[in-house]
Amino acid sequence: MEISVKPLKHVDIVSVTGRIDSATAPEFDNALKGLLERGRKKIVLDFTKLDYMSSAGLRAMLSALKAAKNGGGNLVLVNVNERVRDTLILVGFQSLFLQFNDIVDAVDSI
Amino acid sequence: MSTIRQLVVPAKHDQLAQIASFVAHGAEEAGFEEGLVNRIELAVDEACSNIIDHAYEGTMGFIQLEVTVEVRGSLKIILIDQGHSFDPNEVPVYKPCQTLDNARIGGLGLHLMRQAMDDICFEFNVPGLGNRLTMVKYL
Repeated sequence: MEISVKPLKHVDIVSVTGRIDSATAPEFDNALKGLLERGRKKIVLDFTKLDYMSSAGLRAMLSALKAAKNGGGNLVLVNVNERVRDTLILVGFQSLFLQFNDIVDAVDSI
Repeated sequence: MSTIRQLVVPAKHDQLAQIASFVAHGAEEAGFEEGLVNRIELAVDEACSNIIDHAYEGTMGFIQLEVTVEVRGSLKIILIDQGHSFDPNEVPVYKPCQTLDNARIGGLGLHLMRQAMDDICFEFNVPGLGNRLTMVKYL
């Protein structure tokens, strides 16, 4: 898994490549927590190159969404592939996370 | 007529990608389409993560995988470990959430396993073997 963070003025775009499983979720979790602890509470998760996500990644996402919203921000998803979308549906998360197919729309939404 | 493949790996998180690849190969051979291959990978990933984190609790151990592809269209996956047993009935039942306020994550892994597979059977402290989890998916 690789993570890159692109800071814009008010929003951070976090792009993830590869797999988020129990091996890699701690790094993903730390990246999100790092942003939130610095007061960066508007996050776009760019999943264009994300192949797979397990429950370890879902926990990190849910925790980050709660923290972002509690701070008046949000965490939204862009370009979620069918595999990851199916996993989100299996756990009922599709109603919790706004999803977009265009990164500009995602940034504009928060 | 069936094909059986086995894999033994150290119970470590860095083995999960290899396990996923091994299982996906069997699922594809059995004829499952991509979406179901993902679900099967997910079930095995969650089960192995539980073995690593809870059965072995980070101590050294091994996970033995056996993947059986049945010609008539099913995939049977057996996971064996020698770690601590647990009572699946004591794991909180995960309830998919409608709002962020009531979103809970307890039991998420077991929920995904049950959603992804058709049959799941836990057996603990099997003499001479250890813990055995059998999961089946039908085409």
